[in-house]
Amino acid sequence: MDLTFSQEYQDFRAEVRDFIARNKDRAPRSRGGVEAPTAEMIDWQKRLIAHGYAARTVPKDYGGFGAAPDPLKTYIIGVEFTKAGAPLGLGSQGITLLVPTLLEHGTEEQKHRYIPDTITGVIPWCQGYSEPGAGSDLASLQTAGRVEGDEFVINGQKIWTSSAHFAEMMFCLVRTEPDQPKHRGISYILIPMETPGIEVRPLSTMTGRSEFNEVFFTDVRVPMSNIVGARGQGWAVANTTLKYERDALSDPDHAGSMLRSLIALMQQETVDGRSLMEDAVFRDRLLKLQARVEAMRLNNLRLLTASVKKQDAGVPRLVSKLVGTHLMQDIAALGMDVLGELGVLYEQGEHLRSHGAWPFRYMFQLGMIIGGGTSHIQKNIIAERGLSMPREPKVAAA
Amino acid sequence: MEFGLSEDQRLLEDSVRRMLEARVPMDVVREAAQGETGFDAAVWAALAELGALGVLIPEEFGGSGLSFFDAMLIAEQLGRVAAPAPFLGTAIMAATALIEGGTDAQKRELLPKIAAGELKVGVAVGEALQARDGAGIRLEAGALNGTALSAVDGLAADAYLVAAGGDTLALVPRDATGLDVTAMTTLDRTRGFAELKLNDVRTNALIGAPGQAADIVRRVINAGRIALAADMLGAEAVMIERAVAYSLERKQFNRPIGSFQAIKHACAEMVADLEPARALVWYAAHAHDNAPDEAAVMACHAKAHLGEIGRSIANNATLAHGGMGFTDLMGLHYWFKRIHVDRALLGGPERLRHEAAVLQGWAA
Repeated sequence: MDLTFSQEYQDFRAEVRDFIARNKDRAPRSRGGVEAPTAEMIDWQKRLIAHGYAARTVPKDYGGFGAAPDPLKTYIIGVEFTKAGAPLGLGSQGITLLVPTLLEHGTEEQKHRYIPDTITGVIPWCQGYSEPGAGSDLASLQTAGRVEGDEFVINGQKIWTSSAHFAEMMFCLVRTEPDQPKHRGISYILIPMETPGIEVRPLSTMTGRSEFNEVFFTDVRVPMSNIVGARGQGWAVANTTLKYERDALSDPDHAGSMLRSLIALMQQETVDGRSLMEDAVFRDRLLKLQARVEAMRLNNLRLLTASVKKQDAGVPRLVSKLVGTHLMQDIAALGMDVLGELGVLYEQGEHLRSHGAWPFRYMFQLGMIIGGGTSHIQKNIIAERGLSMPREPKVAAA
Repeated sequence: MEFGLSEDQRLLEDSVRRMLEARVPMDVVREAAQGETGFDAAVWAALAELGALGVLIPEEFGGSGLSFFDAMLIAEQLGRVAAPAPFLGTAIMAATALIEGGTDAQKRELLPKIAAGELKVGVAVGEALQARDGAGIRLEAGALNGTALSAVDGLAADAYLVAAGGDTLALVPRDATGLDVTAMTTLDRTRGFAELKLNDVRTNALIGAPGQAADIVRRVINAGRIALAADMLGAEAVMIERAVAYSLERKQFNRPIGSFQAIKHACAEMVADLEPARALVWYAAHAHDNAPDEAAVMACHAKAHLGEIGRSIANNATLAHGGMGFTDLMGLHYWFKRIHVDRALLGGPERLRHEAAVLQGWAA
């Protein structure tokens, strides 16, 4: 166990702190919600890339900073920005999911054409994977791309597509080889959202906001050169992306920040003149959560160590989405509960606290528990890949 | 920066594990549990020979002078086999008291004996935290009076480390005049617990000055708590491994029950509780040596959290075995009981969380 950092990393930390101190005033204010990046945010993103605090390992040829992968430096950047309350680089699906996929599977032309503008936020992307009939069993997706000349002609429907209402492009899974077994009939296709035949309908959720959309395709024509990887190889290509998504969804530092907000809330809020922190029952719930937050923060250090050593952390990695998302929701739940009747106020009103953030987070986190593989699916993954337990036998088709 | 075991620590863990797996099969646990004291002399001698009992003791006093993290790894391995050995009281708590608060003469006399397995120490510090049934020990005019409950590893002990109030520590030989030792039978028969009655027990073996040893008492308790958390970690890991293994062997409806999602999800939930908790125990052990500001809070959190998930794992791992889990034959109950006793010792989860709140200035 060695939690010290060598001189190289201490120097790097100092450099990051110095950058934040000099540039924090220029940082854009986060507005929350899923919106297109503003000019301010794109500016900030470019500044971060220039210093290696975003798109750090994306090669210079494609507009990135071009550093060798170094999980410790990435960790230090995350810690220092979070501590200073400075916004980290954009975390859109295009940047976190598409770019790594293109780097691995894209053609030279695709990389040059898309990566530079994606990492700066100039081209916002959306992910077209899930369909009404293809959720946990994603490979059964039915959106079809038939070949006509040098084009795919796409018909079908996607759902849960966040960012589709402003995205310029979609990376999409389409069934192009209907005669092949389901996993081998899918292609990974890049689709401009302004192509005729695409209709985007916002999908309102329980939070009252539209975090997602439905996207309908009617004879949408896309050049065949927009495919990433070979025809029928889309499932393998997408699996690179899914791996990144599962890693991206739960961030123990977020749990730590939310817990700090909860502590402040419990110290400020009073019932009959007594702070909620003085209430032994609520305080006990807080302390239980604190232990879980610490455990996840430390579990993350374990994952960090594994990635420095280029090892797979195994079970500690596989559990992180399941545990992290439920932990976040439990923190939000206590935030609601300590507010009592005021905790169920929503959207507006003079007694509303933090613009309704606690009930919003509580509901939003349920979305996170569901998205990217529900907790039930996560438990299958943990049991099968982590504990080598057998898969459920396939049910014979009726 | 490396959050995890070093190569040396992996080797240490491996050697302790191999020795314990060879020397402490279920039969040995069963036999010890049927005995009077929850002590197995052969296991104890093997631990001494391996250097495990002197893990914390500096080399100049006959130990191996390793870190608390290393001691935690040994405690975890002992929990894995539900070892009938007074390691917690002797090698962790008494050793900590002597190393941190003993005079040079005390260290020279006692630490080599602990390392060699020649001195087993029962520890009665629970009343420094909270007293039940009017228990408590006082030091007045050079004599100890009162009772102490649930003295850890108290049945096979050659001597006792006794806290008088929260700020005085004394070492009392087993044969001291006026000391009466009564067994307290707990769920867990793999270790012994005792009630000590002290009636004008004269002692000149204080550790630290009278009334000045509060810091040492706290360190001893913190050390004990982390070791208990590690013991639970080992016991919980084994219960999960056994549940998974059983579910792959046991067939119903022509398939292993481990292929049913009901069982798979229960196992996934257990391991999702356990693995992050492992990181918490690691850090608590690291902080005990290296981060004095955080050490006490982390010890509270580690033990409280392992106790909370431990109750759930103990129940669900047993449940995954169906009726067999409930039998004596299967032997799962040794870990089930050990986890529950560990959970209660030196402060249960509620008490620990309250202490953690006080330490952070959130409660009076």
